[in-house]
Amino acid sequence: MVNLGSIWQNLLASQAPLQSMTGNATTMAGLATYSLPQLPYAYNALEPYISAQIMELHHSKHHQTYVTNLNNALKVHVAAIASSDIPAQIAQQPAIKFNGGGHINHSLFWKNLAPAETPETNYSKAAPSLAAEIEKTWGSFDEFKKAFSAALLGIQGSGWGWLVKESTAEKGRLRIITTKDQDPVVGGEVPVFGVDMWEHAYYLQYLNGKAAYVENIWKVINWKTAEERFQGSREDAFADLKALL
Amino acid sequence: MERDISDSRNQSANSLTLSLSLDKQAVTMSASLFRATPVARSALRAASAVKPAATFVRGKATLPDLQYDYGALEPYISSKIMELHHSKHHQTYVNGLNSALTTIAEAESKGDFTKAASVAPLLNFHGGGHLNHTLFWENLAPASREGGGSPDGALGKAITTEFGSFESFVKQMNAALAGIQGSGWAWLAKDKAANGKLALITRANQDPVTGNYVPLLGIDAWEHAYYLQYENRKAEYFEAIWNVINWKTVAKRFEA
Repeated sequence: MVNLGSIWQNLLASQAPLQSMTGNATTMAGLATYSLPQLPYAYNALEPYISAQIMELHHSKHHQTYVTNLNNALKVHVAAIASSDIPAQIAQQPAIKFNGGGHINHSLFWKNLAPAETPETNYSKAAPSLAAEIEKTWGSFDEFKKAFSAALLGIQGSGWGWLVKESTAEKGRLRIITTKDQDPVVGGEVPVFGVDMWEHAYYLQYLNGKAAYVENIWKVINWKTAEERFQGSREDAFADLKALL
Repeated sequence: MERDISDSRNQSANSLTLSLSLDKQAVTMSASLFRATPVARSALRAASAVKPAATFVRGKATLPDLQYDYGALEPYISSKIMELHHSKHHQTYVNGLNSALTTIAEAESKGDFTKAASVAPLLNFHGGGHLNHTLFWENLAPASREGGGSPDGALGKAITTEFGSFESFVKQMNAALAGIQGSGWAWLAKDKAANGKLALITRANQDPVTGNYVPLLGIDAWEHAYYLQYENRKAEYFEAIWNVINWKTVAKRFEA
């Protein structure tokens, strides 16, 4: 039986291969497969800021491909564990990290978006405690937005920007981080919300005008989800992923 | 790193001639793309009584013209993709490179080498973007003209030796392209450290091909290179692009 713990072990294995290779073969024997989560809104619900065409391709094609390739890589990995083939296990780690990261990132992303001008996207009403912490850290929402947008536009290549709550800081200090390609947030941080800066996330609508995409994404951030993740633990943020098995 | 960049610059001097327009004062073309000129350097050595702003001389990178129309690679690469890719994306790398070079020249004139070094990632990204795209446009040609087919002569022979057959080379290059995790390029390159043997390599983002490798043929695997036409079906783009590869350019680089 595989649970979220085992995918994390797989992901972490790229950093500490030996550690994860001891003792988990049995838990991984009956490999479960991951599946594409339903979106909590229609493909056109984020219009006009993100087009229905982008959402449909992004969810039904791109995210599905990460899920499919993750399941394939895990299957090969499990077989390699069963046959004690360490080189073959290591050979699967980049694919597990990339596709597992893609699945994790997109699953978090869909939930941290919501149709514009709904209670979920009302920053001050939906996220009072997060807003207080943002203002404590950056001085104002506008300053935070400026810093986050600059981080997004500074990504060289494909990647993501995240607002995270640091695990060790008392009272959950906030930080903006960027990750390349599909690297997931794998430290102890709680991902509060993420923004996809792969070109497939905006190109059909915004073409090379990624600054306009970054400006508009703020209209569809689900602050209710962000508030819940901010108040919760890392386990809570990833609870949905467990349910997707 | 400077050495790597100047290596690839020398190898691509022909390509870059197209894209450089020099200030009249600039001393040489080759010194002007990636670093401040000797004039600025000796000014620094002289240090004390120099007015830095007056001593900068450098070439400015400019967008090269395409040797074919935006619509000329249809139906394999759409006119809209070509226009955005060339006039917007490549232009942005040119601007970013010039801006990085300006920052470095200013920092150098003030002796602020920490600041100069901090621009290295931008120089690599935008300089690489300028270099890669310049090489790429020359690697393409309309299917009705030089585009497509397969190479003969020394290049054709070398490809068969290294990859078994031309078809097998295409298959391997497409697999390398499909395997890129994120944005990047795949290249057929000549390995100077291995007696000019051919190699298939990939580079992340806009990292240029440097060091022992001479770039011969590059294929852009960034989503902006195909998404408007092929959406998520990137394998179809990788199949199609072989119809517009200019093997004459590849052979010329191989034999250089």
